[in-house]
Amino acid sequence: MIRMRITKREPLPKWARVVIPIAAIITTLILSAIPILLAGGHLWKSYYYLFYGALGTRFNLLETFVKASPLLLTGLAVAFAFRAKFWNIGAEGQLLAGALAATVLGVSLGGIPGILVLPVVMLGGFLAGGIWAAIPAILKTKLKVDDVVSTLLLNYVMIHIMGALLFGPLQQPGSSWPRSSAIIEAAQYPILLTRSRFHLGILIALLAVLVIWFINKRTVFGYRSKAVGVNIRAAHFGGINTTAVILWTAMVSGGLAGLAGVGELCALQYRLIMDISPGYGYSGIVIAMLGNLHPVGVLFSSLFFSVIIVGAHTMSRMTGVPTYIAEVIQGMALMIMLIFLLFTEYRIKVVRK
Amino acid sequence: MGEFLEAAFISGLLGAMMRMATPIIFATMGEILAERSGVLNLGIEGIMLMGAMTGFLVTFGTGSLWLGVLMAAIVGMILGLLMAFLSVNLGLSQHVSGLGITLFSTGLAMFIYRLYFGSPTVPPIVQPFKQVTLPFLSKIPVIGPGLFTQYTLTYLAWLLIPVMSILIYKTKMGLKIRTVGENPVVADTVGVNVILTRTLCLVVGGALMGVGGAFLTLAHQNMFLIDVIGGRGWVSIAMVIFGNWDPLKGAIGALIFGFLDGLQLRLQGLGFHISFHIFLMIPYLLTIVALIGVSRKASVPASLLKPYRREEKGG
Repeated sequence: MIRMRITKREPLPKWARVVIPIAAIITTLILSAIPILLAGGHLWKSYYYLFYGALGTRFNLLETFVKASPLLLTGLAVAFAFRAKFWNIGAEGQLLAGALAATVLGVSLGGIPGILVLPVVMLGGFLAGGIWAAIPAILKTKLKVDDVVSTLLLNYVMIHIMGALLFGPLQQPGSSWPRSSAIIEAAQYPILLTRSRFHLGILIALLAVLVIWFINKRTVFGYRSKAVGVNIRAAHFGGINTTAVILWTAMVSGGLAGLAGVGELCALQYRLIMDISPGYGYSGIVIAMLGNLHPVGVLFSSLFFSVIIVGAHTMSRMTGVPTYIAEVIQGMALMIMLIFLLFTEYRIKVVRK
Repeated sequence: MGEFLEAAFISGLLGAMMRMATPIIFATMGEILAERSGVLNLGIEGIMLMGAMTGFLVTFGTGSLWLGVLMAAIVGMILGLLMAFLSVNLGLSQHVSGLGITLFSTGLAMFIYRLYFGSPTVPPIVQPFKQVTLPFLSKIPVIGPGLFTQYTLTYLAWLLIPVMSILIYKTKMGLKIRTVGENPVVADTVGVNVILTRTLCLVVGGALMGVGGAFLTLAHQNMFLIDVIGGRGWVSIAMVIFGNWDPLKGAIGALIFGFLDGLQLRLQGLGFHISFHIFLMIPYLLTIVALIGVSRKASVPASLLKPYRREEKGG
């Protein structure tokens, strides 16, 4: 009989943290050959169009950045929460909360000076996402409610709040569809490059990488947040107010996801619709894990997944492989990364006996 | 208001409650089995979707509904086995393994469906299961016709509740499962194979989740839509907690969900779109409230979420 023995190993050097995600990505891409071949796609042609579709032309390259913007924000949101062991699976709901707040503000802020509209909309979206994430944080710290389950469930609560509002007070007058009126022009994200959809939100997402990096490395809050994640009891006895740290961590995490919602609304859709997010919040989990919960890692992994998502469309058109290959790759990547991370802490020996 | 109290309305609502509770009962029982052995299976939502897709695809191809249900169960078992490999054999984080399985299976289900059917403007359909009217019982006034004109799978779901209770509380196997979930070190010491027990629970649990998904495409509806599961897997996770890891109490939770789901369908049918969304929110909110209650009692299997590695027994 074959048995596996899993034993602790001494920590791997720093370079392993870069090598392991790359190895996971390469393994994932190799294993993607299975669904591609099953779909009858020509292997090299499929890989070629996957990357050509995402990087081959100026427009497609810029579209890849457009797609990366919400992924980067939700990835950062999840990574920042996971680092403190606040298991935020609710980035999807927080994204919707942000989009919802941005819609309410973006439709109704016609009365204030144009230059103030966008900052107010963004702040509103950030706060809405943050508050929606604060609920499970309070439930966790005060009432010991499991955060994985509560954040998951709150996603559906938010979907139905959105549904009720889009069929009710927010519904565009005269429309029978669940959609809001369009936001005013001052609330739209400016397009930064001509003949593209490269918008302000992309810069905001990149800025968020810097800010989170700065919080993590250079602030007391970032240090405390990590201490809570490493050992909450030790942090507590070391004099850290763990309840407050988890709450603020959740607020920042939810706020980032909320900004992703603001971006989708104010840069791409201009009006709230039920399917404003194709699951960016859940992709954020994969991206955070693959990025090793580090902001720069998250940046690269969000770019990788947006290449896959954008490229999958071209690949699908040219080879007939369904676009859902992108989702399959995401799921595989998460599991493979998880297995690879095991090697950083443990040695696996296959023993015959 | 009068029509709300009419016998036909009540009967119809009870019938809808039973139908909508069916997939939740299957999945909840599957999840209880997994969690009693110490593994939280967050793959549930994806496993249900794969079950729904597989059941539909096999039935569409072969014309046999029961073959579809069987294949849905088998696919559920395979995914349960994958979950066991990640979370039991390798001892990886149960949270992330489960989410990985859900993301992977969700993508795979849609991928295979598109591969097979392309993007038709009218979704393909199958001839779904027919409801079976039980003699005598269905003659009970007011409640009889609704409760006892159901799909065979719904009756099986009912049957599953006592079977699970007996399995967990009255059999040797059940004792093993509970010991593994409470204290794997003790279980190992007395000669119970922890890894095997957990794997079996995940595999059988996966089969039940798969069947729960297949009910939605072969009985409740006759087509596969991408959002056919619509969070019912997560609801089932919640029902396990709501029901304190007890099959009977979990089933009661599933019935409450079925009732609200049945009610919202009726309200939606009458054109109340807002109230339909508010109604759909209630089960989730109720569950969160239930979670607050549960966290004060310590009925959660003591070793839930903890991987078991023999070498670490001492530490």
